[in-house]
Formats: sequence, structure tokens, C-alpha cells
Amino acid sequence: MTPSPLLRISHLSKRFGQTVAVDDVSLEIRPNEFFSLLGPSGCGKTTLLRALAGFEDPDSGTVTIAGESGELDLLRLPPERRPINLMFQSYALFPHMSVERNVAYGLQRERLDRAVIRQRVDEVLQTVGLTDKATARPAQLSGGQRQRVALARAIVKRPRLLLLDEPLSALDRKVRAEMQLELKRLQHEVGITFVVVTHDQEEAMSMADRIAVMSDGRVEQVDSPVDLYTRPRTVFVADFIGTSNAFVGTLTSGGVMVPGIGMLPGQSVSADAGPEVTLIVRPEDIRFAPTGQAVLAGHVIDVQYFGGASTVAVRVEGVDRPVLVSCQGTTTLARGDATGLAWDPAAAVLLEA
Amino acid sequence: MTTTSIGSGRGAARRRALIGRAAFAGPGLVYVTAFMTVPLLLIATYTVLTRGRFGGVKWEFTLGNFAKALDPTYLSILGNSLLIAGITTVLALLLGYPTAYGISRLPRQWQAVAIVMVVLPFWSNFLIRTYAWIVLLNSEGPINSALVSLGVIGAPLDLLYNRGAVIAGLLYAYLPLVILPVYAAIERVDPQLQEAARNLGASKARTFWDVTLPLTLPGTMIGAIFVFVPSMGNFVVPELLGGGKTVMVGNLIRDQFLEARNWPFGAVLALSVVAFLVLLFALQAMVARRINSAGPRA
Ligand SMILES: Nc1ncnc2c1ncn2[C@@H]1O[C@H](COP(=O)(O)OP(=O)(O)OP(=O)(O)O)[C@@H](O)[C@H]1O
Ligand SMILES: [Mg+2]
Repeated sequence: MTPSPLLRISHLSKRFGQTVAVDDVSLEIRPNEFFSLLGPSGCGKTTLLRALAGFEDPDSGTVTIAGESGELDLLRLPPERRPINLMFQSYALFPHMSVERNVAYGLQRERLDRAVIRQRVDEVLQTVGLTDKATARPAQLSGGQRQRVALARAIVKRPRLLLLDEPLSALDRKVRAEMQLELKRLQHEVGITFVVVTHDQEEAMSMADRIAVMSDGRVEQVDSPVDLYTRPRTVFVADFIGTSNAFVGTLTSGGVMVPGIGMLPGQSVSADAGPEVTLIVRPEDIRFAPTGQAVLAGHVIDVQYFGGASTVAVRVEGVDRPVLVSCQGTTTLARGDATGLAWDPAAAVLLEA
Repeated sequence: MTTTSIGSGRGAARRRALIGRAAFAGPGLVYVTAFMTVPLLLIATYTVLTRGRFGGVKWEFTLGNFAKALDPTYLSILGNSLLIAGITTVLALLLGYPTAYGISRLPRQWQAVAIVMVVLPFWSNFLIRTYAWIVLLNSEGPINSALVSLGVIGAPLDLLYNRGAVIAGLLYAYLPLVILPVYAAIERVDPQLQEAARNLGASKARTFWDVTLPLTLPGTMIGAIFVFVPSMGNFVVPELLGGGKTVMVGNLIRDQFLEARNWPFGAVLALSVVAFLVLLFALQAMVARRINSAGPRA
């Protein structure tokens, strides 16, 4: 049984003139969940967070948050009364305050004891590795350091719900990996619910309990990382999460009939697919096969080796994009070689075209 | 050998940059030198010379002009000027800041309209506008007649020819000069900073106090200087609306040059006003640095 949600967003919409930034979004965020909003630039992620924090007035829809005494209508609270903290995509650090005063600001507003504030600020600066920059002004910091101050300022409040808008985008690989672990640790220790915006799918996949994939203001699919990858529900999601090969055709009893290519293996799991379908196969589900067993034939146009695995691009007559195949280790195939390709019907995902 | 060639290369580049900068700044610099620096140096020189009989100066060194400025009569005029200019500035800030803030919260297209309205008075002559205040404030003027006919007062008030009238006139003249820089300063504050403060638990008022006000302080001080300095130096308003009773430094300086024909003493007074101005700008620059930049002294 899933626990009752902490945050319930129903049919939320926000338009700017002609642009529909958030389009009828409904989401439920569970307590202590690490929830990720993933989508290409301009799909409405920031607008959605800003609406939750109280800086955009939604045109329609409701948002409720579970409080001690039942559900609270979030949209009727002024920003400062919402039990939510937002880390801004552009950091929004106070330029006239030192790093420690920036971080302490939110705690001072809670009228906490001075010593308590001091201690919590020190702790969080330690966490983000900026103890030695405590008295610096934001203008004296690098982009990555500023991002960490913004992060510290948001997490030090330990809100019920923490909204982070691309919290790690400016950090280099190593610091980013450290901060990812640190965020996960915080989430477990302090019991904060996280909503993290990112357009880095790897980051979302590795950190989130559930991911909402957004496109053009709409939520395409909400699922666990594994389910998003293995059971994408729309072509957009299949394309956006990981790499995939797509073929458009007609569903028949023997597979998918693709004009100009022939019958490809695939079977319908749900009744709602078809007859026009898009067949999706992941690169790692395709294998090289001798001519007799192959369902597609083509020749190799490129081989890329990424320590541990190789990706082979195969040009197939009648298919616009090269078919990508990945295999363990190195491969004996070289550019120009002819090869056949095959996959199990069960490995293919069929989606409405 | 390598080092020298690098060094000279860098030197040449620096020289080129300097020449380039001079070419840009040049025309303005020449203008300022010819019409500001040279006259200022002349004024500075005059302060230690002896007055000529029919104006002008005699080239005899003296420090007596400075001693004269310390005379209680003149000190009280200086004090009076400071007081009037100070009150005018405070009132201009109290009126101008909220106005600028209000304008910055209007929809974009209305902001432009409001700004045009603020500077509209500048399109007509300053003297005429000041005369208009005489009409407005005199005992048969619209304010008095309105108050009398409404029965608020029995007899017309003496609204004209006093310190209050001078302050009203100066305030009217220079209020736009505080609104414009404050408006520009408020516009420059990233709205996300205010949102961040709200998000961290600050009320609207608290956000204004902690974020908006400190960040607009340098611009506000510029506005204050823009009002304070010309108020100190103005001699038209005190003469027309103060009825000659309210003598300010501006009147005194003008009188020394044009009527008393005591150029050296006029120069001392003028220079002290300039010195005061420099002090104010230094203060402003200090505050601006503290707020914007690199924070506590490195
Ligand atoms: N204040 C605004 N006025 C007009 N249009 C806006 C405004 N804010 C956002 N938009 C538009 O709404 C859409 C969504 O913007 P949003 O900032 O939410 O995208 P995003 O998903 O956060 O993108 P990114 O990943 O680049 O940060 C965009 O098309 C954007 O142009
Ligand atoms: Mg964004």
C-alpha cells in the first residue's frame, strides 16, 4: 500500500500569453520520497516549482499539502508561510550578505536561538564543503561554490518539502557525485521530501525513487527509474530516457509489419496498442545474428568503445536513423562490415504511434 | 631574454589599451578640464588672495578670507542652509522613495508613462515654476482662499516668505532627482532575491527591509545628494519664496560675487560647498562598496 501523499497537485495549469508552461499537471509526491522532474529545456519544470513555492499564480488547479491537521490548501498560503523551500536555478544569493549570513537568513526568520543558528550554519557549510568561505561574499565565489551556498541555504531550513531547481548542474563530476550522495544522506537523516529538477537523465535515474518525465508542460509518465526505462509509455519517454531504436509499423499477429523493411519481432502486452504502433528496442537488447536468423541486415558505419561496452551503429536500408547496438567488451566488427541483427519479441516495447 | 621580450610586449599592450581608453574619454575629459577643473583651480587660488576694489582680485596672499567665514553671521547662514537642504532632502526621500517603488511595481508600459510624468516639470522654465508657487501660496492664492471659504481658517495664513515656503519650493524643484535614481536602483534589484527572502520565511515588510532597502541604498544616496547639493546652492528659491529673509549659502555666494564684490570670500564659500559635496560622494562610494562588492576588507 502506498502511503498517503505529502503533496497532491491536481490539474495545475499556468500559461504565459500564448505559451502553456504547465499544462494540466497532476502529481502526488509521497513523504520522504526523492522525486525527480526530468525534461528538456523549457518544458515547464521551473514554472511548476515556482508555482509550488508561491511565485507563480496558477491559472487553474489545486495543490494540497498534508499538515498536522489534515490537508492544507497550499495555494492560499503566502510564500513565507509555505512549509517548502526552493533552491533557485539562478541561486538568488543575497549579494550584500556573506555566505554565512545568506545561510543563516532563513533560520533567523524562524527566530531560533543564536547558538542553534550558529551550529546549524556551521554544520551545513561543512556538508557543502564551504567552511573556509563562510565570510566571503557571493561575488567572490565560483559558480559551483555559489550553487553550493544556494543548496546550503535551502537545506538548512529542513523543510517538509525541498524543491531543488537543477541543484548540481554547475558542479564538476567528482563534486557532483559527492553532493548526490550527500543529498541522499540528508534525505534519510533529516527526513525531508525532495523534488529535484534536472535535465540530466543519468542523475535522475541514479538518485530518484520516482521520476516524472515532462514535455511541453505536460507530464508524460511518472514511474520508478527501472520502469521508465523498461516500460516507457510514450515514444517521447522512450526516446528521452536512454537510447532507443524506433520503428513505425502496423501490429499483426506475427509481429510488427514495417513498410519497406518487413516483419519485425514484437508482441503486444496491452490491448490498447495498435494497429498503428511504434516498436522500441533498446541497443542492449539487439544482438548480431547470422543471415538466416537476422530480422534486419545492414552494414556497420561506426564503432564506439566506452570502457566496458561498445556501441555499434548499423545502417539498415529503409531506416532513417542508424540502428544502435550495444555489446559487452570489444567487438570484432569494423566499419563497412555487413551484419544481421535480431532481438526477442519480448524485449521490444510497442507504443501507440 | 625571453622575459624581457614578454615584459615589453605586455608593456606595449598596456600602453595601447591606455591610448585607446584616452581616445574614448578624451573629448569629455577636455570639456571637463576646460570648464570645471580650471575654474575650480581659479576659485581655489582666489581664496588666498585679497579682494579688488571693484571686484576681481589683487595678487596679495592672505588667509583672512577663511577667518571671515568663521564669523558667527556666516556660520549661522551656513547652518541655516544645511538645515533647509537637510529637511528638503529628508522630505524628498520620504516622498520620493515610495513613489519610485510604486512606479517600479506598475505594469511595464505604465512605468514609462509615470517616468515621463515625473520629469515633465523639467520641460518648463524653473523660474516660471517657482513664480507659480508665489501665486499658489500668497494670501489671496488658491490655497488660502480655499481654506478660508471652507471655513477651516478665519484669516489667510502666511504661507509665503518663510522657511517652509523655501523648503516647499526646493522640494518641488528637486523631487524628480530623487525619484529617478531610486527607481533605477529598485529596477536593478533581481526580483528573485525578494522571492528568495520570502521563501526563507520573510514577510513582505521584512523582505523590503533586509533585501530591497540595502540593495537600493547606494542609488538612494545618489538621489539624496542630487537633492541636497543643489538645495544648498540654490539662490532663486530662497529669494523668491523666502522673501530675502531666509538667506542661504547660495544667496551669500552670489552676493559676494555680484554685489559685495568680494570675490575671494565668495571663493571660500563656494569651495567649502564643493568640499562638502566631495565628502558626501566619498561617503556614498564607501556605502556602495560595502553593499555591492567584495564584502569585508580583503
Ligand atoms: N515569466 C515568464 N514569462 C513568459 N514566459 C515564461 C515565463 N517563465 C517561463 N516562461 C515560458 O514557459 C516555458 C517553461 O519555462 P520554464 O522556465 O518553466 O522551463 P524549464 O523546464 O525550467 O527549462 P530549463 O530546463 O531551461 O530551466 C518556457 O517556454 C518559457 O519561455
Ligand atoms: Mg528551469
